[in-house]
Amino acid sequence: MAKQIEVAGLDAYYGTHKAIEGISMTIEPRSVTAFIGPSGCGKSTFLRTLNRMHEVIPGARVEGKVRLEDQDLYGADVDPVSVRRTIGMVFQRPNPFPTMSIFDNVAAGLRLNGRHSRSQLDGIVEESLKGANLWNEVKDRLNKPGAGLSGGQQQRLCIARAIAVRPQVLLMDEPCSALDPISTLAIEDLISQLKQDYTIVIVTHNMQQAARVSDKTAFFNLAAQGQPGKLVEMDETSKIFTNPAEKATEDYITGRFG
Amino acid sequence: MTVQTGIQPISSARRAKDRLVQVLVYLAFALAVIPLLSVLWLVVKNGIGRLDMEFLTHSMRNIGARDAGGGAYHAIIGTLEQVLLASLIAVPIGLLTAVYLVEYGEGGRLSRTISFFVDVMTGVPSVVSGLFVLAFWILVLGMPFSGFAGALALSILMMPVVVRSAEEMLRLVPRELREASYALGVPKWRTIVKVVLPTAFTGIVTGVMLAVARVAGETAPLLLTVFVTDSINNDPFNGPQMGLPLYVFDQAGRPTDTAVDRAWTGALTLILIVMLLNLVARLITWWRSPARRR
Repeated sequence: MAKQIEVAGLDAYYGTHKAIEGISMTIEPRSVTAFIGPSGCGKSTFLRTLNRMHEVIPGARVEGKVRLEDQDLYGADVDPVSVRRTIGMVFQRPNPFPTMSIFDNVAAGLRLNGRHSRSQLDGIVEESLKGANLWNEVKDRLNKPGAGLSGGQQQRLCIARAIAVRPQVLLMDEPCSALDPISTLAIEDLISQLKQDYTIVIVTHNMQQAARVSDKTAFFNLAAQGQPGKLVEMDETSKIFTNPAEKATEDYITGRFG
Repeated sequence: MTVQTGIQPISSARRAKDRLVQVLVYLAFALAVIPLLSVLWLVVKNGIGRLDMEFLTHSMRNIGARDAGGGAYHAIIGTLEQVLLASLIAVPIGLLTAVYLVEYGEGGRLSRTISFFVDVMTGVPSVVSGLFVLAFWILVLGMPFSGFAGALALSILMMPVVVRSAEEMLRLVPRELREASYALGVPKWRTIVKVVLPTAFTGIVTGVMLAVARVAGETAPLLLTVFVTDSINNDPFNGPQMGLPLYVFDQAGRPTDTAVDRAWTGALTLILIVMLLNLVARLITWWRSPARRR
C-alpha cells in the first residue's frame, strides 16, 4: 500500500517567481517525514508539488522529476486527477464540505469518483472514521452536518475523508496549526498509527511536533527574501535535532535563527 | 497629586453625535419604508375588493366596456408561462456563463469581454429588449406575436441579473473547498457540479428569484412582443397572449371604474404571485440547507 517517493532536481514557480529550487530527496514508505523551516521557505509549495496540487493555482508550474516507486508523476500522459487519488492531502485549516453530512463528507471522495453500493460505503466510512479516531464521537450522528463538529473533530474528519479513498501517500500541510493541544495530541497519535499503512509527509512549524512524530526531518531555508527556498539538509529526526550537519539547521532548531 | 487614569466617561459631545447619527439612520430607514408600505397599502386597499374566484378563473372575453365582472385568468396564465419560459432560457445560460467566468475564465481576454457585455446588458432599458425581439424575431424572421416572443425579451433582461448574482455567489465559495475536492482526486467538472454549485445553491436561488421578480413586472417588452388579448390563450407559442402587467396597463387605461378596479386587483395578483414564488424559493433553500439537519 505505502510507496516510496523520489524527487530529483525539482523547481516550482508561481508565474515568473521561482518559489523552490533544486530539491532532491527520497521519502521512505511506512514512515513519517517532517518538513520544517521558516515561513515562506517553500515547504508547503514543495508538499503540493508531490500530488500535483501546485498547478491548480493559475500560473503555477513545476520543473524536475517526482517518482512514486517507478512512475513519473509529471510524465506527459499522467492524469493529475489519478495522482491526487493516489496521494491524499490534509490541509492546514479543516475544510469539510459544508453542504454534506459527516457520512457524506467521508464518502465524498468515493461517491464523486464512481458508484459504490450503500453497504460498501457504510463499511468504508466506518473503517475510515475508526482509522481517524473519530468513530466513537460521531457514530450516533453520522447524518448531521460535518461543519457542526469542533475544530479538532473536523480535522480528523478531513483525515478520515482523505484515507477513505485508500491513498498510498498522505500529505499533511500543518494539520495541527489551527488546533488546541489536546486535539493536536489526538492527531499526532493518529499519525503514529497511520504510518503502519501509509507514507506520511507532514509540514509543521512546531519543532517539538516534528521531533515527536517523524522518523526523518527535512530542513528548508531560503537565502534571502525573494530568493527561492532550498532543501538545506535531510536526515534521521534524532540526528537533525541533536547533531545536525549544517550550521543553519542548528541555528533554526535552537532558536538562534534570524 | 491625582494620577491621570486612561479610562474616562464618554464626553457629552460624543453622546450628542451618537444621538444625532442614530436619529438620521432611523429617519433614512423610515423614508425608505414609507413609500414601500404606502404602495403596498394602496394596492391591497384598492385591489382586495375584486380579488374573488371570478377574477381568478375568468378572462375578459365578452365583457363589455361598462360591464362589471371579468377577470385576469388569461393574464395570470400568460405571466406564469412567459416567466417560466424566460427562466428556462436565461437561468441555464446565465449560470453556465457565471461558472465560466469564475472557474475557467481566469481573468483572460474572453472573460473580461463577457464581463463587460454583461455590465452593458444590465443597463439595457427593458423597452429596448422588446424592440429587439420585435425587430428580429417578429419582423425579420416573420414569427407571430406570442408568449414565447415575450419570454425571449424577458430572458434578455434576466440573463445579466442571473450572471452577476451567480458569479458573486460562486466567488464566495472558499478556495479551500475546491482544493479539498481536487485533493480527493475529483476532476474539476465534478468538483464544480458536486461541491461548488451545492455550496452556492442558496445564494443562486435568491439571485434567480430577484431576476424573476424583476421581469415578472415588465410591461414594455411584452407590449411589443405578446401583444394584447382579452381571451384565454394557453399556447405560448402561438398567437397573442396576455400578461398581468399588460392587463394592469390595459385596464387602467379604460375609462370606467370597474376597469380601474380590475387593474388594481391585477396589480395585487402580480405582487401575490411574486411573493408566492419567493416563498417557494425560500422553502427550497430551507429544505436543502444543512441547518435543517442540525
